[in-house]
Amino acid sequence: MNKSVDVLIIGAGASGAAVAWSLADTKMHILCLEQGDWMNSAKYPSTGRDWEAKFYGDWSTSPNIRGRPEDYPINDDNSPIKVVNFNGVGGSTVMYTAHWPRLHPSDFKVRTLDGVADDWPIDYDALAPFFEENDRMMGVSGLSGDPLSPLTHPPMPPQPLGLSGPLIGKAMNKLGWHWWPSDTTVATMDYEGRARCINLGHCTPACAQGAKASTDITYWPQALRAGVELRTHCRVREITTNEDGMATGVIYYDKDGVEQFQGAEVVIIACNGVGTPRLLLNSVSGRFPNGLANSSGLVGKNLMFHPYAQIYGFVKEPTDSNRAPPTCLWSKEFYDTDLSRGFVRGYGIQFGRGAGPVFEAVASEQKGILPWGADHHRVFRRLNGHRLAVSAICEDLPEEHNRVTLDPVLKDGHGIPAPKIDYTISENSRKMMDHGLARGREILEAAGATDICSNDPIPWGGWHLLGTARMGTDPKRSVVNEWGRSHDVKNLFIVDGSVFVTSGGVNPTSTIQAIALYIANQMKQRLANLFD
Amino acid sequence: MSEHKTLTPAQRDDLRAIAAMIIPASSEYKVPGADDAAVQADILATLGRDTAMVSAALDHLARLAGKPLADLDPARREAIAKEFRASGGAPAATLTRVMLQCYYRDDRVLRSLGLELRAPFPQGYVLDQGDWSLLDPVKKRPAMLRRTSPFEAQTLK
Repeated sequence: MNKSVDVLIIGAGASGAAVAWSLADTKMHILCLEQGDWMNSAKYPSTGRDWEAKFYGDWSTSPNIRGRPEDYPINDDNSPIKVVNFNGVGGSTVMYTAHWPRLHPSDFKVRTLDGVADDWPIDYDALAPFFEENDRMMGVSGLSGDPLSPLTHPPMPPQPLGLSGPLIGKAMNKLGWHWWPSDTTVATMDYEGRARCINLGHCTPACAQGAKASTDITYWPQALRAGVELRTHCRVREITTNEDGMATGVIYYDKDGVEQFQGAEVVIIACNGVGTPRLLLNSVSGRFPNGLANSSGLVGKNLMFHPYAQIYGFVKEPTDSNRAPPTCLWSKEFYDTDLSRGFVRGYGIQFGRGAGPVFEAVASEQKGILPWGADHHRVFRRLNGHRLAVSAICEDLPEEHNRVTLDPVLKDGHGIPAPKIDYTISENSRKMMDHGLARGREILEAAGATDICSNDPIPWGGWHLLGTARMGTDPKRSVVNEWGRSHDVKNLFIVDGSVFVTSGGVNPTSTIQAIALYIANQMKQRLANLFD
Repeated sequence: MSEHKTLTPAQRDDLRAIAAMIIPASSEYKVPGADDAAVQADILATLGRDTAMVSAALDHLARLAGKPLADLDPARREAIAKEFRASGGAPAATLTRVMLQCYYRDDRVLRSLGLELRAPFPQGYVLDQGDWSLLDPVKKRPAMLRRTSPFEAQTLK
């Protein structure tokens, strides 16, 4: 029998780690259950000669391809964008590009400004101190003063421009368009026990140097020192409730596959925009027959991905290829609504420095620009090490038919029903993507690129899992309130990307963690009457 | 870990034959073809989870060829390879990807490309700062961040 705890957090990724660290100073008994294990950086791909090949197998971004015991399958057949994630201590921060923009203030007022979707119940100012705190904790590099982005104060200087940055910068200057060095969570100097970046290049599938911030090496060591308990290889099946409709704890499978009950006074879900609705929908009872916290019927609905429209080409000059972090610059030139473009809202642009030889060969062969036969070698030498990429990260607006449900057949290794994704790209997003591709082509042509190809959308581009348990003040139109508490279950909180009301046109991890810290702070302010 | 089937001798022969057609040896670039014994051994040793798809691709290839690929005359072999690439779907794409990922980590190939024969870690790479003066025109742009009131869109932050 496990001793009941004060606070139980489910998931040790971006948001779970942040909320655990923040709540630790309350001295409550805090336990986190994580379905994966601690990571071992000595086994990360960039430590071996087969570093690129691993990306297609054991270190794929897709859980369906990777298929580690820690992963759960996802039926995403009915979606042009496939879900990517990582399960383990650190969650998907182990496997991300470390690109670190924030939502803009205007992103919280979409209904007010543009008459679409809904306004958030909180604004940018409410999150501002937590963005700053999170940037210090994760360790951000960048250049303050971007004229088209919210003001940030990165504690480390930006990544070098390298070879690719100036090629992009010159092209953008020629077009008169905004560009700026990205804020990233790649340490450009030794920082809080992390060694500086040495340009392993293969950042996305985990950083062997530890220069890229993942919460297993940022938040978690501090949270553990502060007394938080983290139990790995524990997969939660369902959240239990009592006759008063309060959460009492969870049923989970331990590392030996044995079913366990863990009691808790407060339950916090931090399982991402797919894992969280899956857990809620699996937590059915007589009182909650449609899943927990689902009186609105919105659990799992309004899934937002960020469709990526990527276009790339090849320049005569050498690019950074695999010898630098993959992204270094962004543009906000097309971020805000301009109805003359034929769509509402907008997109950020992130630029790619290039690719390694295996990735280049595989991608170019699949696109048909790398021939079979005698000419293969000549063409490959023209392509390899010469790639520049432009990706429009398009704001996905919430639509209820884009959703996460439970697959009637598919189950994980513990027999728990797996999530099923139904998703279509909206007409507005389609127009936005077309606009992004056209502008991307102009950028590449200004850089002198040829052999231009596109991925539209990037099929394995479902990194950002948002909106499936949205926050709001109206219990009929939202799942959690403006400080992350379930409208239905007053000791149940959600702190991950599920609570997003709209998606903005930027990578969301910075905002997800700021929201987690904000919710933790709200909980601490309200401890005396948390369940009122 | 599930058991993976291995390829049959006939499938291995066809794999070698199609590999030579995808990436032939080049004296100009001083590289072996993908049918080279070491590359083929690497493919077979690391097929793992891709075995079933590669096997399916080779079955498709065998159906198209009607006999061992190597036994066809060059023109017929070329036509079959083209058809295989066009009609092979995900299995053919997997076969090609597995071949490319082994070929482009071969020492002789990497040396020909001017790449170092090592893992990225722990040495890493040196990255130049680049020309930061390129950012000067952007720094001169006025700070414009869309306000949150509809009556003040496009004002200074």
